[in-house]
Amino acid sequence: MKLTGSKILLESLIQEGVDTIFGYPGGTVINIYDDLMGSSIKHVLTRHEQAAVHAADGYARATGKVGVAIATSGPGATNTITGIATAYMDSIPLVVITGQVPTALIGNDAFQEADLIGITRPITKHNYLVKDVNDLARIIKQAFYIARTGRPGPVVVDLPKDVQIATAKFAYPDTVELRGYKPTFSGNVRMVEKAVKMMLSAKKPVLYVGGGATLTDAHGELLELAETLQAPVTTTLMGMASFPTRHPLSLGMLGMHGTYYANMAVTNSDLLIALGARFDDRVTGKISTFAPHAKIIHVDVDPTSIKKNVRVDLPIVGDLRDVLQKMNKKLAEHKDETALAKETLKSWHEEIAAWRSEQPMKYRSSKTEIKPQFVIEKLRELSDDDAIITTEVGQHQMWTAQFFDFTQPRTFLTSGGLGTMGYGLPAALGAQAAFPERQVIDISGDGSFQMNSQELATLVQYRLPVKIVILNNNFLGMVRQWQQLFFDKRYSETCMELPIDFIKLAEAYGANGLRASKPEEVEEVIKQALAIPGPVIMEFKVSREENVMPMVPAGAGLNEMVLRTA
Amino acid sequence: MRHTISVLVENEFGVLTRVAGLFSGRGFNIESLSVAPTLDATISRMTIVTSGDDRILEQINKQLNKLIDTIKVIDFTGEDFIEREMALIKVSAEEATRAEILRICDIFRGKVVDVTPKCYTVEVTGSPVKVNAIIDLLRPMGIKELVRSGPVVLGRGPKGWKGN
Ligand SMILES: Cc1ncc(C[n+]2csc(CCOP(=O)(O)OP(=O)(O)O)c2C)c(N)n1
Repeated sequence: MKLTGSKILLESLIQEGVDTIFGYPGGTVINIYDDLMGSSIKHVLTRHEQAAVHAADGYARATGKVGVAIATSGPGATNTITGIATAYMDSIPLVVITGQVPTALIGNDAFQEADLIGITRPITKHNYLVKDVNDLARIIKQAFYIARTGRPGPVVVDLPKDVQIATAKFAYPDTVELRGYKPTFSGNVRMVEKAVKMMLSAKKPVLYVGGGATLTDAHGELLELAETLQAPVTTTLMGMASFPTRHPLSLGMLGMHGTYYANMAVTNSDLLIALGARFDDRVTGKISTFAPHAKIIHVDVDPTSIKKNVRVDLPIVGDLRDVLQKMNKKLAEHKDETALAKETLKSWHEEIAAWRSEQPMKYRSSKTEIKPQFVIEKLRELSDDDAIITTEVGQHQMWTAQFFDFTQPRTFLTSGGLGTMGYGLPAALGAQAAFPERQVIDISGDGSFQMNSQELATLVQYRLPVKIVILNNNFLGMVRQWQQLFFDKRYSETCMELPIDFIKLAEAYGANGLRASKPEEVEEVIKQALAIPGPVIMEFKVSREENVMPMVPAGAGLNEMVLRTA
Repeated sequence: MRHTISVLVENEFGVLTRVAGLFSGRGFNIESLSVAPTLDATISRMTIVTSGDDRILEQINKQLNKLIDTIKVIDFTGEDFIEREMALIKVSAEEATRAEILRICDIFRGKVVDVTPKCYTVEVTGSPVKVNAIIDLLRPMGIKELVRSGPVVLGRGPKGWKGN
């Protein structure tokens, strides 16, 4: 039997196990939307295409599945760009379907035409313009395969309207044949053996863990490796929830706003074991003083990440979880040595403990003002262990990384690579759609929140009980902090002059709003909000000029942290 | 250092932009690029001349391999290979210089492929060094226009790119 292109698309999605998609209709996808009525796929109508992609991204990060978003051609498609770039930078598996003008009109500056393939080429893992309905099922199969394997990433499928209407015989392929795409999954055993040898002879090892640990669900293997080696663990923003922050071996985050002790440990280590991390400039600081005494082992599924920014002594290309399993297996043959690890590394642990007590991660508390860090601590205390936290971008994001103790994998969704303000709310929406029963909390600043606040409508419409924390400093705080520290306090265009009544805003959408202006109100507001079954905005009037500290100034080395605002 | 790289790619819509965009987006140099289908019509072969230090070349190789449409990347640096480029050179041919142009052409095994009362068009094939040399010799006569194809390369010996 022959099916139309739009039916083939939906059938293919079902074959891929897709149950929920996020999108926004328009002229060139109207056929798909027509077929969506009565399909088993649940569609969530966001209020902006950017939000649809972030929601699919949040869904993907929370579940580990491929997220799917759909938008119409032209403006709908260009609205997806920030969402796609965000997912690309953080290696999140997405399939984004965009409508396109009919093939006969492509290139004619037709109404609502945009060259989406050209625009998205540098921000996708791959993209497709479907020119023949007979190719559609194969392309969807390939798109999902490419999105989720190797180093995951977003794939765009641009689907002209006439291809949606044309018919073809539908047979979903069982296998994918891509002669140019054969990502290495299995880590080389000989390299793993070498790595284990280096680990066993290291005196000052550090595990430096990135988003790869989350993407491969390697938290169990990581914990085993850390405990066997008794090696301290520091994570990037992306690696955060893959190792419990409260674990005695945890050093928290490293880099620009990382802990003093993590950065000192990396600077003084003799063996840095990079696991699914890519030596981003926010992590390394000045390259010439980054881990100057360390041999570096780098495990990554993407060969281009290796030796891109730093020298590497032992590269291992492969799936992180696979490599960690092999490492743990190999280490099991050295039980007599690893049993003594605590002893062998005693002086290293003492050195780290000294840094930790010298400069713990702390803030000055206040009885009169609400400290943003205090809100984050209270939120941890009062929320469930498996609560999913999303953030926007700015000071609140860094405070969340510093003061919210994560215990479970895939519970921290944040835009690390692109740093996209406006990510957190729609990502929370996507995560909540995947897990209706869990607590999902977006931690936001007053600036970022306003970048996608229209999604309150989506939350209310679909009864997605996302809780929104606004740490309201009436500033674009992170930029203001830089202006304070590096531009003589010249606060150029960072003060949000107009105070918004966020409570009324929530109510206008049919959500709830609660406000705390004094420290003693914080706990009550959080408790109340978490008890409300629908979406809630919690607004906290926080001390306005609080800074994220400590900090490695841009261009400085990790060992040159500024510890407090002068 | 100068590197000559062959890239075998799927002969698909947009593949040239993917490769060219990769170079411009990441700040890699392209000195020349030539592309045409191979014996297998589904595969195109690109020859790219680029330059950079070892670290950059390693990135170029890896990034090219990372493209889904890339089937194989061959960096000929340090290999034994044949490199050929073609040039068409339109040069003024006056009474006094005609004989000289023909003589130079002969030495380089070039051909005069178009003749007018005042002008010869010379076709020459060879390594880029050889093409440079003939251009240098013809320059004093007055080159009006010049086009170079950019080099194409093939490894020496009996093996093809598939290794047999
Ligand atoms: C889309 C986008 N535009 C601009 C920036 C630059 N930027 C980074 S942090 C920041 C301020 C964020 O302010 P707010 O959301 O209020 O958070 P705060 O820093 O006050 O916690 C800005 C403007 C960005 N990251 N993303």
